[in-house]
Amino acid sequence: MKSLSVNNLLGIKHLNPQDLDLIFETADHFKEVINRPIKKVPSLRDITIANLFFENSTRTKLSFELAEKRLSADVINFSAAQSSVKKGETLIDTVNNILSMKVDIVVMRHPNVGAGVFLSEHVDAKIINAGDGTHEHPTQALLDSYSIREKLGDVAGKKVVIIGDILHSRVALSNIFALKLQGAEVKVCGPTTLIPKHIESLGVKVETNLRKALEWCDVANVLRVQHERMDIKYFPSTREYTQLFGINKEILNSLDKEIVIMHPGPINRGVEITSDVADSDQSIILDQVENGVAVRMACIYLLAEQIKR
Amino acid sequence: MGNKILLNSREIEIILHRLACQLIENHDDFSNTVLLGLQPRGTFLADRLATLLKEEYQIKEILLGKLDITFFRDDFRRRDAPLEANSTQIDFLVEGKKVVIIDDVLYSGRSINASLAALQSYGRPEQIELLVLIDRRFSRHLPIQPDYRGRQVDVINNEKVSVHWNENDTEDAVYLTTNN
Repeated sequence: MKSLSVNNLLGIKHLNPQDLDLIFETADHFKEVINRPIKKVPSLRDITIANLFFENSTRTKLSFELAEKRLSADVINFSAAQSSVKKGETLIDTVNNILSMKVDIVVMRHPNVGAGVFLSEHVDAKIINAGDGTHEHPTQALLDSYSIREKLGDVAGKKVVIIGDILHSRVALSNIFALKLQGAEVKVCGPTTLIPKHIESLGVKVETNLRKALEWCDVANVLRVQHERMDIKYFPSTREYTQLFGINKEILNSLDKEIVIMHPGPINRGVEITSDVADSDQSIILDQVENGVAVRMACIYLLAEQIKR
Repeated sequence: MGNKILLNSREIEIILHRLACQLIENHDDFSNTVLLGLQPRGTFLADRLATLLKEEYQIKEILLGKLDITFFRDDFRRRDAPLEANSTQIDFLVEGKKVVIIDDVLYSGRSINASLAALQSYGRPEQIELLVLIDRRFSRHLPIQPDYRGRQVDVINNEKVSVHWNENDTEDAVYLTTNN
């Protein structure tokens, strides 16, 4: 039996294809568990997990918390909005204080790039990155790949286009790493102002014409426009963005095939995707949410396994 | 390393017939009974018994499931090698049913203990029984005994009982292996 090649889950960049296979196989078992009448297993009953959210989150935080509770771990939650961070405490101090309470695993979301790596070098606990600034969001990419694998059988050889705000998106970067690792073809599509320079160096192609991108792909992963990370205007108006890059039923119907629509949430309905598309059979948005719990259970379980007694 | 045969295929067949008859004695037409093979190795025995009951003893329908106990084991994080999970296939509720847990070898009793915990995820059974092919006496860590046993053997700790089935091996046989 295999174990993960890493001691912390900081980013997809640090994983190898075998790690992904192991996580997905384990997630298959947990998906069966969370569909039982009693959706809980006792594996982690002597493990304590701290969820440290220095940045707002609803879905990811709920998903992690549910995953931890389904594994019977003890969970403590922390959000920066109600904490001493506001009073000027440093990251290391905050975390060390929490670790003094004998925490085994830390799930952290932080607005600064590399916060997870920094933490893993300074504290003695397993770190799971739940999003660090505009850098990586590994569990989102894992659940996206898991959902593609579930829907289409395999990720290898599939054509995936990531549409929208690539520049500010940790979901995009983690997805690019994960998809390339599994042998998928990846394109990014969006306004040129929101596509990072030199993104081709990651082995992806850039397409600025939405129709061409959709005609090419098997899967379209639609991202939200992250207004909160934009300090300047990247496009003239939301309306123009919607006209050029919004996914609607009309454009999907005009394609000669049915593509799979994904969205990491939260959705701005009517901006990057219309309601009839988000709620259609083509969309696997809610499957992504369910799979998120199973995949996060797998990641936590596999890391917890390394904590020997 | 020595290899000694404990049961050959003829003996296993006789034992399977006896176990099937004992099950019929207590469970009649199996209308309220569930057979649950423990993953990975108990499922072969459960499959065999179910087939035998249907084909030789005219039992019309048997609820047969496979139960994986990996996430309920008490040695998580206490072993050198990571635990490997298998699939669970139980497409029914065990609420109010008589459950027969089936495994190939009963040794410390810890797997059975874990299976009792795992079973709680599928409802509250009326009754739970245990059927094993080989009962290793004097090696229990827990107060667990089988209700149906194929063969009771006295085995010392550095010996290993391995059960082979046609399905996963070349023959039906039970061997006693000594590690020196």
